[in-house]
Amino acid sequence: MTQVKVDVHYVTRIEGHGNLILDAKDGKIEKLLWEVPESPRFFEAMLIGRHYDDVHHIASRICGICSIAHTTASIQATEAAFGVKLSEQSLLLRKLLFDAEMLESHVLHTLFLIAPDFLGVPSVIPLAATHKDVVVMALRMKRLAYNLAEAIAQRKTHPLSCVVGGFVKTPDAGELKALKQRLVDCLNDLDVETSIFKTLKIPDFIRETEYIALKDTKEYAWISGQIASSDQAAVPINDYLGVTNEFCVPTSTAKYAKNKRDSYMVGALSRFNLNSKQLSPRARKVAKEVGLNAPNYNPYMISVAQLVETYHVVEDAISIIDQLLERGIKEETPKVKPRAGRGVGAVEAPRGILFHDYTYNADGIITRANCIIPTNQNHNNIQKDLEALVPKILNKPQPEIQQMMEMLVRAYDPCVSCSTHALKVTFK
Amino acid sequence: MKPKVAFFDFTSCEGCQLDVLNLTGEELLDLLDGIEIVNFREAISNRSDDYDIAFIEGSISREAEIPRLQKIRSQAKVLVSLGACACIGGVNCLKNHLHMEEALKIVYGDAAKYYDTIPARPIHAVVPVDFYVRGCPPQTAEFVNVVKALLLGKKPDIPNFPVCTECKMAGNICVFERGMTCVGPVTRAGCNAICVTGGRRCWGCRGLVDEPNVDSEKEILKKYGLTPEQVLEKFKIYNSYAEVKK
Repeated sequence: MTQVKVDVHYVTRIEGHGNLILDAKDGKIEKLLWEVPESPRFFEAMLIGRHYDDVHHIASRICGICSIAHTTASIQATEAAFGVKLSEQSLLLRKLLFDAEMLESHVLHTLFLIAPDFLGVPSVIPLAATHKDVVVMALRMKRLAYNLAEAIAQRKTHPLSCVVGGFVKTPDAGELKALKQRLVDCLNDLDVETSIFKTLKIPDFIRETEYIALKDTKEYAWISGQIASSDQAAVPINDYLGVTNEFCVPTSTAKYAKNKRDSYMVGALSRFNLNSKQLSPRARKVAKEVGLNAPNYNPYMISVAQLVETYHVVEDAISIIDQLLERGIKEETPKVKPRAGRGVGAVEAPRGILFHDYTYNADGIITRANCIIPTNQNHNNIQKDLEALVPKILNKPQPEIQQMMEMLVRAYDPCVSCSTHALKVTFK
Repeated sequence: MKPKVAFFDFTSCEGCQLDVLNLTGEELLDLLDGIEIVNFREAISNRSDDYDIAFIEGSISREAEIPRLQKIRSQAKVLVSLGACACIGGVNCLKNHLHMEEALKIVYGDAAKYYDTIPARPIHAVVPVDFYVRGCPPQTAEFVNVVKALLLGKKPDIPNFPVCTECKMAGNICVFERGMTCVGPVTRAGCNAICVTGGRRCWGCRGLVDEPNVDSEKEILKKYGLTPEQVLEKFKIYNSYAEVKK
């Protein structure tokens, strides 16, 4: 009798807590689970009764890695509820800030969290000795992203100057000019990263699923557009509940989501599959070079899609800085007049589509909040991928099975501490 | 022998650990010269129960977290709270003001019965804490300074005066003058008043100074026609654990 038992309590190199469990006997899978035991944090309940000016400050704390995404979704939900019109300058700054977070998050994921798997080391720390140039380069790109966010909003983790209605502080033109040069140089660093990625052996695993992401007719969508799907026509963001269909499953722990099929995927590969034609020229060229063509059904390619997107956000940031410098940056005062009503904000966080949905009273006090995070939408797809993958690799040695399972979870770049309402605990 | 350092996270957004990674190549290599990181789930796959210094991010908000934290305390020679959630409870404690059954229902609906949750609390409410790296998120420089002090066997030098002092030095216009409430007068400095400099106000994420000048705060409130309740409402965002305890 051959027995395979995998029990990874807290998968490492992911943000937040998740467990992998596999029990198999004589080639038969008895138990195969992706579990999420993150502590419940009750953000939706905590937001109730808060003044709108504190709402995005608190909502940002849902996640330290994608705090700009949460802040932006939160601000846009409030703006939608109040009918706030954003100035052209504020919109450019908001997009630039978003590029900064995407750059940081993608570099962190591809080089610090994913690359060690392929290089056969447990973390980035041994790489500091063996691949010092790469580690220094990755830290340089991360630092650039931090500095870009700091120029616009004082801080990357939990940004400060971005508020409902715009920005309370504007960046210095000289600082932006210097950052532009560093962004141009960053494209060379990305070429080095691409050359590393070309040497990595990405597992060959295909499972087609439904792909969901924001889509904007004008550009590769980050903070605007409609909810697009590989399986249906795009719908307005206000109708998000009809897409996410969250449900609880007694055998697992987190809230799951599904739309047209058993599960769907959000994140870099979904965005690429739906919007790749709108990527910047260099991003499109690199996609070809690394063998990423839309549609791609291999979840291990999510990291490759992130690499491609990194080129796009760097080029986008350069172009936005050019526009800002050409227009001239003016001090503006955000104009906000609260009114009773409901508003939905949707953005593409690094890990996929994110929704904040708020209802306010006439005094600008929040009375109801709902947040649906990307990783929650992916849990079900991770589980379905595991169910398709594991039978195919069950004849491999146990450490290899475990490694393939961990790498699959890691590919999704799960961000489970975004646990507004993702979690489990004791099932009685 | 390099001291062995471990990072652990409890209920939090993990932003503190992320910011700790925001070092230049040189800084990171310097740091790795002085310490050996043996546990850092967010970034490395190795795990070890043998460590000297434990950094703890997050608050305690589930029964199951208590024995886990106690075990870490018994292993570590030095335990440091990292960030507002660990040091003062932070935003997690906002839920303590809610009727728990109601909060569960708001977030989880009918599935509420599945969730184990207790009122959120800072680390020192469960086990003794040796040092604090404050803020939401903490300043990377302060983290590095604390590590350096620990390596030298010195007590880290953390300001014990209000944010107002640093805010004035930063040349900011007083938040009260701009018609908003601010808790800078009673909040521990060390952040260079970054929130006010960024065009916002102080929310008190670094906690109270040891001996807050309550009279002076009251005077400020009177001058600007504000009530203590209005300010407490803002202070509660990070400090509701301390406030509830009173």
